[in-house]
Amino acid sequence: MPYIPHTPEDVQSMLDAIGVARIEDLFDEIPAHLKAGALEKLPDGLTEMEVTALMAARARQDESAVCFIGAGAYEHHIPAAVWEIATRGEYYTAYTPYQAEASQGTLQTIYEYQSMIAHLTGMDVSNASVYDGASGLSEAVLMALRANRKSKASRVLMPAAVHPLYRRATRDIVTNQGVTIEEVPFCNERGITLLESLAPYAGEDYAALVIAQPNFFGCLEDVDALTDWAHANNMLVIAVVNPTSLALLKPPGEWGSGGVDIVVGEGQPLGVPLSSGGPYFGFMCCKQQHVRQMPGRIIGRTVDMDGKPGFALTLQAREQHIRRSKATSNICTNQGLAMTAATIYMSLLGADGLASVAGHCHANTNLLADKLCAIKGVKRRFSSATFHEVVIELPQSANLTLKALAAKNILGGYSLAPAYGFDNAMLVCATEVRTQDEIEQYAAALAEVLA
Amino acid sequence: MSNIPAELRYAKSHEWVRLEHDGTAYVGISEHAQDAMGDLVYVELPEVGQTVAVADETGVVESVKAASDIYAPVSGEIIAVNEALNDTPELVNQDCYGDGWLYQIKLADKADLDGLLSAEDYAAQLEEDA
Amino acid sequence: MNREAQLIFEVSKAGRRAYSQAPKPVADDKLNDLPAALRRQSKPLLPEVSELQVVRHYTNLSSKNFAIDKQFYPLGSCTMKYNPRGANRAAMLPGFLKRHPLAPESHSQGYLACLFELQEFLKEVTGMKGVSLTPMAGAQGEFAGVAMIRAYHEARNDHERTEILVPEAAHGTNPATAVMCGYKVREVPVNDDGDVDLEALKAACGPQTAGLMMTNPSTCGVFERQVEAIAKAVHEAGGLLYYDGANLNAILGKVRPGDMGFDVIHMNLHKTFATPHGGGGPGAGPVGVSERLKPFLPTPIVGQDGDSYRWLTDADLPQTIGHLSAFMGNAGVLLRAYYYARALGREGMLRVGEYSSLAANYMLKRLQQVGYTAAYPDRRASHEFILTLAKEAKAFDVSAMDVAKRLLDYNQHAPTTYFPLLVPECLLIEPTETETKEALDEFIDAMARILEEARENPELVKGAPYSQPVRRLDDVRAARELNLVFRPGASA
Repeated sequence: MPYIPHTPEDVQSMLDAIGVARIEDLFDEIPAHLKAGALEKLPDGLTEMEVTALMAARARQDESAVCFIGAGAYEHHIPAAVWEIATRGEYYTAYTPYQAEASQGTLQTIYEYQSMIAHLTGMDVSNASVYDGASGLSEAVLMALRANRKSKASRVLMPAAVHPLYRRATRDIVTNQGVTIEEVPFCNERGITLLESLAPYAGEDYAALVIAQPNFFGCLEDVDALTDWAHANNMLVIAVVNPTSLALLKPPGEWGSGGVDIVVGEGQPLGVPLSSGGPYFGFMCCKQQHVRQMPGRIIGRTVDMDGKPGFALTLQAREQHIRRSKATSNICTNQGLAMTAATIYMSLLGADGLASVAGHCHANTNLLADKLCAIKGVKRRFSSATFHEVVIELPQSANLTLKALAAKNILGGYSLAPAYGFDNAMLVCATEVRTQDEIEQYAAALAEVLA
Repeated sequence: MSNIPAELRYAKSHEWVRLEHDGTAYVGISEHAQDAMGDLVYVELPEVGQTVAVADETGVVESVKAASDIYAPVSGEIIAVNEALNDTPELVNQDCYGDGWLYQIKLADKADLDGLLSAEDYAAQLEEDA
Repeated sequence: MNREAQLIFEVSKAGRRAYSQAPKPVADDKLNDLPAALRRQSKPLLPEVSELQVVRHYTNLSSKNFAIDKQFYPLGSCTMKYNPRGANRAAMLPGFLKRHPLAPESHSQGYLACLFELQEFLKEVTGMKGVSLTPMAGAQGEFAGVAMIRAYHEARNDHERTEILVPEAAHGTNPATAVMCGYKVREVPVNDDGDVDLEALKAACGPQTAGLMMTNPSTCGVFERQVEAIAKAVHEAGGLLYYDGANLNAILGKVRPGDMGFDVIHMNLHKTFATPHGGGGPGAGPVGVSERLKPFLPTPIVGQDGDSYRWLTDADLPQTIGHLSAFMGNAGVLLRAYYYARALGREGMLRVGEYSSLAANYMLKRLQQVGYTAAYPDRRASHEFILTLAKEAKAFDVSAMDVAKRLLDYNQHAPTTYFPLLVPECLLIEPTETETKEALDEFIDAMARILEEARENPELVKGAPYSQPVRRLDDVRAARELNLVFRPGASA
């Protein structure tokens, strides 16, 4: 009986105290015909040694390749201290900090996280995180509908250059409430969203415009012009950003003349491993005036009854446990552990360290793109400036090329065939962990595949 | 026993209405309501110029442990809101029938007042609910 | 300045760095292609600290938390059982951590095998016919479940169903979820014995009923005895039945939601399958469905083709409600749950409900003996139970919150307070199957002493806690004078 500590004497004395003969008697309120059978399809239990060996063998099966895929999840170096501390039992096995006096560790960590993310994005306030970047975008869309009092419409503008998996999750979540997402095309030559593509929507009632920087293609949007256009048309602006990029790129709080209204993004690059897609965390910030429309947990700094500084959950009246059917969202968790890891990561790196990481990612990706484009028939798909990630056009099917590369244990990128119908295009990325050797191996392998 | 001024009319949902000579009325929440909420930390007010019907949602009062909608006790146009509550929501706790008023409304139909409770009836309702 | 609550920003010093933690800076000319107008002008305010300072700061902060690894943590409705360390190590094996979510299936077979088996295990323990692991928390599982109910009715061209029924004792997420899925909520009353008011439920059912969301054992800590009659009433009205798996730990191995007539369920793996709560997340909220809802399951799901595994896509499930995240949800949490399922196996799984119920019923009986009042004295406890302190509140002016805070001084985490809302001054207590009898007894002893204190010196209880890093916090100030972000120079 793993994890059940009772000796037969313990069990007997508890049964005696209750006044029943057998454990089964505790279930006498349940109709007998509803009782479960023997769960025959479950295997026998295993010891720690046995499960570990089984899972280690499974993990090794997936381990061999070198990864040049980005597309929203990035392999970065994670300092040893990050997860050694985040998985301390005191963080790992604590619950949501509802008993503030016994949760100051978690509460202060969240406050520090909120502070770091707000400074990184240039925004007034942050929440304690949501599930991931994509679901965070859906929350941002619903939030914009609540926050934009000038708009009566239940619709937003979403550039097609926003991550296709984000667009899909957002659509699948918000359409249940009858929200419409209008897609704005991108420039086929430059890979960015042009003002002229927005012109047809000028003067129309949309609650918000979404702007991704860099966009899914790694291309840099003219964020100032887009932000000002949206505000001039009574729309709020939702920025979707890569947090690593913000060490070098203009933060959304400074876009255009007034800054954006809501910022979301995938926090994974800040010290969270790829781990097959999760747990990651979505970060979410906004202007002060919209804070009561923000979903999720928020921590405030206050004092205790002796005047000593401390931290507590605040603005809880927005949340489901108080507001029930009128809550800003049904969300009750944040991604606490991943968020804790990110807080430690940002502390260890600081602004300069994060800028180094961003710089290396950018330089490595440019190096990779240059090496790949030296191969005949291979070129950059778009002409815009890029950051950290780039679309490469091949002389043949991207799907087939990536399959051939995978056979050589190189995960060469993400095909743009399914989402955009660009059959020969793929998105590639080389973060700071990719070495020059690995980049050259990739180029050599691609040359072989295309030969 | 909570304070229930005799000259006001009350909604079952604990709003009060004070009719002015010019045909407008002030709206607030009763002492019983503010007491049940505890220390208010935020009051969301309607927009000036908004036209509302009886029982429409016209804002929210919020404490650290609860949030409660404010329903329009009468129909009409909102002509003023108590801006002071933006920074000092505690005025509702301190003086719910005076400085803690919520908004002023231009009545569309005085007959709406007939649907409201007198101080006596409201006191009886509180008694019943207790 | 109070040093104990010093922020990492306040130990920061301009020019200090943890040099070995980041790569060396790149040459400026490598960044020349970034347009100047799009570059950041001033550095973000992040701490400037050494590696040791960071390690010490967050280690010290962590020590201010109560945690399962340190204390008994009987939070009702949260299932704070032991989180096996082996599960953490296994989920953090390099092969799992380095796998990119968009890696091809050829390089994902080990991971997919674990997930496929977990899907099968969850089907078996719940009696459901299909499972999707992808929802990232209980609330997202609820969302997926209600979205499937909506998709089901719409696929049948039944557009008149606008309402979700919810018992009044339900978790706040239930009504919040129904609204996120575009439904109106109608609450159904609960009887004095903790069961749903069946007649009121029948009266509430009609052609407008899309479904009923319920927890069983309910949030009142008792098994809903009329569950079959409830299922019948809702099904006859054309509605579907949603099972909130918040309390699945109570019946794991004893009763299966699928056998009780539920059409769709979510499970909280961070409760029932012992994955960590992590100070508030990440969780995982897989959904299970009956045969008729299988086409609507959220993607991705793992399928099996002969000896190999593959992702089922929208092509396999054209009626899916779609994706709820960018990738696969909280994959690492699923691996921890997989570890737990393998470690327990059949015989372990059969005992979870039994021993969690044994502990709860034992504590209930003992706490009644020391003078506390059970909210449902004539009922068996499930894996949790409710005490009501209405009597003590009246006699000594000591509230459930006061007792909860005083427990912290006895090094016991407080139970859940003031939930469910319909029981006045309540404590919802859930001991779980992994605590020793000695741990349960210590808690009972502490409760007995607090009751004495409440009688003899109520001010002592009302002022608690005294032993923690801070005393009771000023929530009103926290909400009125919002301070959510550290800004240098601003007052604390």
